[in-house]
Amino acid sequence: MNTLHNDSLLRFMTCGSVDDGKSTLIGRLLYDTKTILADTLTQISNTSKKRGMEAVDLSLLTDGLQAEREQGITIDVAYRYFSTGTRKYIIADAPGHEQYTRNMVTAASTANLAIILIDARRGVLTQTRRHSYLAHLVGIPHIVVAVNKMDLVNYDQAVYDKICADYLAFATEIGLQRDNHDIRFIPMSALNGDMLVDRLENMPWYTGETLIEMLEKAPAAHTEQSEAFRFPVQFVCRPHASDDPELHDFRGFMGRIESGEITVGDAVTVLPNGYQSKVKAIQLGADQLQSASTEQSVTLLLEDEIDTSRGDMIIKSAEAIEPVKQIEAFVCWLSETPLSTARTYIIRHTTRESKAKVGTISYKVDVNTLEQQATTDLKMNDIARISFKLAQPLMIDSYKNNRATGAFIIIDESTNNTVGAGMIV
Amino acid sequence: MTTTKQPLSHLDWLESEAIYILREVAGQCSNPVLLFSGGKDSLCILRLAEKAFRPGKFPFPLMHIDTGHNYQEVLDFRDQRAAELGERLIVRSVEDSMKRGTVVLKSPDEPRNKHQSVTLLEAIEEFGFDCCIGGARRDEEKARAKERIMSFRDEFGQWDPKNQRPELWNLYNARSHKGENIRAFPISNWTEMDVWQYIERENLGLPSIYFSHNRDIIMRGGAMMPANVPLANGEVINQPKAGEEVINMQVRFRTVGDITCTAPVLSDADNVSKIVIETATTTITERGATRLDDQTSDASMEQRKKEGYF
Repeated sequence: MNTLHNDSLLRFMTCGSVDDGKSTLIGRLLYDTKTILADTLTQISNTSKKRGMEAVDLSLLTDGLQAEREQGITIDVAYRYFSTGTRKYIIADAPGHEQYTRNMVTAASTANLAIILIDARRGVLTQTRRHSYLAHLVGIPHIVVAVNKMDLVNYDQAVYDKICADYLAFATEIGLQRDNHDIRFIPMSALNGDMLVDRLENMPWYTGETLIEMLEKAPAAHTEQSEAFRFPVQFVCRPHASDDPELHDFRGFMGRIESGEITVGDAVTVLPNGYQSKVKAIQLGADQLQSASTEQSVTLLLEDEIDTSRGDMIIKSAEAIEPVKQIEAFVCWLSETPLSTARTYIIRHTTRESKAKVGTISYKVDVNTLEQQATTDLKMNDIARISFKLAQPLMIDSYKNNRATGAFIIIDESTNNTVGAGMIV
Repeated sequence: MTTTKQPLSHLDWLESEAIYILREVAGQCSNPVLLFSGGKDSLCILRLAEKAFRPGKFPFPLMHIDTGHNYQEVLDFRDQRAAELGERLIVRSVEDSMKRGTVVLKSPDEPRNKHQSVTLLEAIEEFGFDCCIGGARRDEEKARAKERIMSFRDEFGQWDPKNQRPELWNLYNARSHKGENIRAFPISNWTEMDVWQYIERENLGLPSIYFSHNRDIIMRGGAMMPANVPLANGEVINQPKAGEEVINMQVRFRTVGDITCTAPVLSDADNVSKIVIETATTTITERGATRLDDQTSDASMEQRKKEGYF
């Protein structure tokens, strides 16, 4: 039992630059939901005064590192937390500048909703297009277009309406609507707090939901459609040396259900070998479950003794997929060292790794104009469509259908760095 | 926007994520270790490890870096918990590093928290650990908000905030070369409130000093210091200096660390439910209230992390 209860969890990201008031928006959300405590407030109000500002600068809440504070910019993804009592929120706060495309992609990878900030005085800009394209590419299903700084345009409805119309026209152009992204609009002033947690009185013409109402109602990941069962094996538990004779034959396949549901008795196939069996038991800690679903970390026991190890995938026999040794993907390059088509990389997909070589680079996407350009190389922050040849078979879905089994990272074996992020077409 | 399925509750989601991270460590690293102090965060991680690996043994030993200035109640609880679980506990002590001369204190009563880094690095080298699992949370402090789940440290244990691996989806990269090290944080996404709610839900036992009790206190530098604390070796630390008054107060600890730099808070919360409510209504952050070593400057945590601190 719990003294205080939270129903669910939502991960979202904010896209915008310092000028759009992104840090102020996050600071305001944390402040208005009473997440900021007195000592932190004292600390930032002292810093505000030191910098000669009159009011407390809520954006200071989100500048983390010394290097960033000195330069007055945010250079990495930061994670923030708040709770409304009914829901816990994880915000991924990424810098919005073009040279930080990789940070936006990183933040977007775990988000189910994106807040795209537009400065009401400036309207839909190149960066708005970039942010929207990336949110689309990384498969964020819910988009809130927040027209901020309404206080600086006299809370004028005509300004807001024009920006909404401009955005919709361009959203159609890039396929946001075609692919069923849920797009909503909201006018706000993060500085004053209009339409975030409180409505205030400045925009009586807007009768839609406040930002926090939208967040409270937004569906959590994996709740909107039924998905195929995908269970990458993380770890095999074989306590055969145990004193307990009942455990001599225990063989538990441990992992997190990346999508779908499983019930005791279901017929399953273990890939890539294709062994067939049935689910004998599902365990979570000391609990025996009859069934389990997406995002639960469980242990599966099968009826037959099957040789299975980390990197294998358990699927329902009725939802079979074929392992593949060639993939086609959109890749965002993350490393300062450019992609080398001559080299062999490691691709990590779910819990599985394979050596990989670049096949062909079809084209690079200009994230500002969305134009496709022929290219032979890939530098940091570039996004390109690439094919890879694999040493080991992978069990994949398209990223559009499954964000867990459609995603991979590229690792440089010499440094062990994560150098690329891929979304399978 | 129609919802067809019931999502996991936030505690179930956080629990599942942490189990996943622990299993990734076990799957990717060859010689990991779980840092266990007897404090509330590491007690949560022990429960998560049970859920991740039972009926098997943990695929890593437990290790405590003891500053020599820990509350006896906490050390006893640490030993008792490790014994109940039947898992191996390694203890390495800052005082041994002092004897070796690798830790040199500026003054005898200097807080020893930052010196734990030295002893930790020595232990990593001694055992050849390639990953240390810790209970740090991103909500604790500004410098932690950008910390990775799998945080890379070089051969000197240094954290370079500008040279961290991008972390996308749940595809964690815990690879390292010999001598390098990964710090894994399974409860990164938890807040202090989540920790207490989890302790309540799982009915976890805790050292008694987390609950309201009467204690002699001296006020020093605007903070409450526990006075005259006996150590296992018979020494008594935090003795009042001339002119300092000892006052008996009803207090509890929100965080448990080195006695010389961990201050209690006034509280009458004597059970977990009351602590959950107190946590929901407090006006001071966990570290702001209780960690004297974070207050030297806005950037002090970042500085210590760069030097190899957790």
